[in-house]
This record gives sequence, structure tokens and C-alpha cells, in this order.
Amino acid sequence: MNNENYFAGLASGVKSLATGLKTTMREFFTKKITEQYPENRETLEMFDRFRGSLSMPHNENNQHKCVGCGICQMACPNDTIKVTSEFVTTEDGKKKKRLVKYEYNLGSCMFCQLCTRACPHGAIEFDQSYENAVFDRSKLIKVLNNEGSSVVEK
Amino acid sequence: MFDFSKISSWLHGFLTGYIPEWAAILTESVLVALAIITLYAVFAIVLIYMERKICAAFQCRLGPMRVGPWGTLQVFSDVFKMLTKEIINLRKTDMFLHNLAPFLVVSASMVTFACLPWNKGAHMIDFNVGVFFFLAISSVGVVGILLAGWSSNNKYSLIGAMRSGAQIISYELSIGMTMLAMICLTGTMSFSEICEQQAVEGWNIFRGHVPAVLAFIIYLIAGNAECNRGPFDLPESESELTAGYHTEYSGMHFGYYYLAEYLNLFICAGMASTIFLGGWAPLHIAGLEGFNHIMDLIPGAVWFLGKAFFVVFLLMWLRWTFPRLRIDQILSLEWKYLVPITMFNLVLMALLVSLGLTF
Repeated sequence: MNNENYFAGLASGVKSLATGLKTTMREFFTKKITEQYPENRETLEMFDRFRGSLSMPHNENNQHKCVGCGICQMACPNDTIKVTSEFVTTEDGKKKKRLVKYEYNLGSCMFCQLCTRACPHGAIEFDQSYENAVFDRSKLIKVLNNEGSSVVEK
Repeated sequence: MFDFSKISSWLHGFLTGYIPEWAAILTESVLVALAIITLYAVFAIVLIYMERKICAAFQCRLGPMRVGPWGTLQVFSDVFKMLTKEIINLRKTDMFLHNLAPFLVVSASMVTFACLPWNKGAHMIDFNVGVFFFLAISSVGVVGILLAGWSSNNKYSLIGAMRSGAQIISYELSIGMTMLAMICLTGTMSFSEICEQQAVEGWNIFRGHVPAVLAFIIYLIAGNAECNRGPFDLPESESELTAGYHTEYSGMHFGYYYLAEYLNLFICAGMASTIFLGGWAPLHIAGLEGFNHIMDLIPGAVWFLGKAFFVVFLLMWLRWTFPRLRIDQILSLEWKYLVPITMFNLVLMALLVSLGLTF
């Protein structure tokens, strides 16, 4: 055996072991990530990128950004989204699509985020809700646009 | 400093006042045995709880939190679960050896447990070759492990037991030689004298400086291997050998292995604190009389337990940091690295002692 290799190997081994020990000792004193769920239900906040369920944010005037184009419905691999839209004639005589009902089936959603990526207007996003259990499957079908809401005019 | 021998001599006098001496000694022996067994169970519970919490902290978790406040009752419920489980007898196994093995392991561990110096005057097993006795009796456990592997009639158990045998016999060498180095320094093999000496002249790790620190580190590594604990836990590596030598055990027979594993950890730590960190001897700094006086007020048992649990923490830190070694890596670590280093260390210690360079 080569003597130099022996001692160099011993020294580098001790050094790397010490690095490992240092790392775990630092970990020992870091804040623990465990969430004690039912107790901290009031204060528990999910992280930003958590995919809870699909939602359509509305502003204070009960307006959303969805133009009813249906691209999200086409992008969805599971047929989770059903967009119902109608054509209305505006004041200046143009025909325009308008969202009537945006149905989302949480039960068949696989949280792939293809719909939010496909949306050209950023109208839909995943929220941080996680208590999604219900007693009946029909309750999983949600209508995302609020009653009497309209699209934001640009 | 409080001397426990006052209590034991008072008890002896009290008993001999009523019953003949042989009966008094018998009664005392039974009392001491009961005390050892009770302490054994209590320490097992404390250590299992400590292990789970410390392991969790190293992995950025909280550990048991649900049963009782901060999960303190979790271990008790585990113990009761273990006690109520059935002991399953397997076909085509050597029934006698299969049932004998856990008792060998646990009784070897209990006898070594009794070697620890708990306080000034509270040595249960103490005579002039105490260190030899400790080394000899702690090796009985490996017989139990080999028997368990052999009698289970299961190839995984046998492989685990063989690995354990190879590992324990190899690392026994390092432990023996580090202890020999410390005996060079102390000049005695009796645990009570080693502690008395350290109470007067300072802890061995300071008295022996460089070789003592080196011996302490090697003792921790080899001790961890003796306990079959990670990163040397390949005899029971659950992912490749299911659970090694105790695969076929259930109920309290498995419980004995579990107990012995944790208590061996404590014994290893207790021995490290006895030989290197002074046992029950308080920390004294030369020249600070007031400080030394305050340190003397803390009972010896507290000192001993504090040091032992500190070493237990070090061992758990090791365990939850490093990944498991392969069998060839374990053996090459021992035979190519630790044995030469301990031999060198022994010679260095002998030289320093003979030249009077130790404190």
C-alpha cells in the first residue's frame, strides 16, 4: 500500500466525517418543519406554490379576468373544467363571448396546472386551501365565477 | 462529597441486628439486583424517548408529540404493547437455544450495567480487575447474538449474526487497547479507584491530554460498533436483512434485544464517562476554590448521569449523521485504521507516563 495514500485518505476521511457532523449539528438547532395540523388549524398557512384547488380571483367590484375562451377546458387532460359561454352584442354592434358558468370538478383534477399555464389572461390560479374532504361527490363540482360577476373591461 | 457507602453500611448493620450475616448479605444482594433491574427498565425508557426525540431533531422533525405531553407517554405505551404481544414459536428451529439467546444478551448487558460507578461508594460490582471483568462479561452478549442467528433457522438471521460476531470481535480489540492506554495512565483496573483518582487529580481526559483525547474518540467509534448501532448497524440492517439476528423474535423476546441495544448504548457511554470523564468525580479547576466547592455540592450520581447522557448524545449524533457501512468497510476501518492508531496511542501513552509528561 502506498503510505501517502493511506495518510491522505485518513485525513480526508476524518475531514468529510467532520463536515457531516457539522451539518447535522446545524440541523439540530434549526426550526423544525413539522406542522401539528389540527391544533394549529387557525394559523397554518400553506406555502405559495401549494396546489390546493382551482380558483378564479375576483376583484372588489365582483369582476374576474375570464373571457370564456375555453382554452383551459381544452388544455385539461381530465375534462375537469367545463366553460359555458354565450355571445352577446355590445353597444357598438360587435359580437363578444361572455362567460356564463365556469364549472370545475375537484374530484377529477390532478393538479397538473396545465389550465393555469394555458390561460392567456391569468384568470385562474391554484389557491392554498387544503381541507377538501366532503361527504358527497357532487359537492366536489364547484362553480368558480361568482353570482352576477362580470369580466374586467380593458 | 456524599458517600453512598454510609447508607449501605447502615443497612448492613441494621439487617445483621435482626438476622444472621449470611441472610443479611442475601437480602442485600436481592435488593441490589432489584435496584439494577428497575434502573435498567427506567433507563431503557428514558433512552428510547431520548433517541426518538434527538433523531427527530437531527432530521428537522418533532418526534413523538401525541401520547402525553410532548409524547412522554409514547414509550410506555410501546412497552405495554410489547408486553402484551405473543411469543411465537417457529417450526424447525432449535427451540431451547432460540429461547435462551435473548436471556444471554440481556443478562450480559445487565451485569455490565452493574459495573458502572453510580456514586462515591455506590459500586455494585467492583474489584481489582474490574476493567477485565467488564471487557469479558460484555463479550458474552455476542454469544447470545450468534445463538439467536443460528437457532432461528433463517439465512438472514444467520448472516446478521455472523456480521455481528465479526464486527464485535474486531472492535473488542480497539476497546481493549484504548482501555489499556488509560490503565497505563491510572495504574489501576478497579473502577472505584479510577474514579477516586480522578476526583483527586482531575479527569483522565485532561490528565492524559493528546493520547487520552485520541483514545476517547476511538473508544466512541468502537463502542458504537460494539452496540451494533448506526453507522455500524449492518447486523440488523432492516433494508437488506429484514432485521438481522432478531428477525424471528416476537413479543418480549424481541423486547429484550431492544432493551439490550439501548442499555448497551448507555453502558458504553457510562464506561466512557467513567474512564475518560471522571465517573462521579466533579469538575475541578485548579486555583478556583469557590467554584470547586460549588461543584462538590452537586451529588456524584448527577455528575455521572450528566456525563453519561452527554456521551449518549454524542453517540446518537454519530448514529443519525452517517450512513451505514458495508461489512468490508467496517472490517477495514477496524483492522487498517483503528488498530494501528490504538497501538500507536498505547505506545505514546506509555512513553508519556514513563517520562512523567502527564498531569
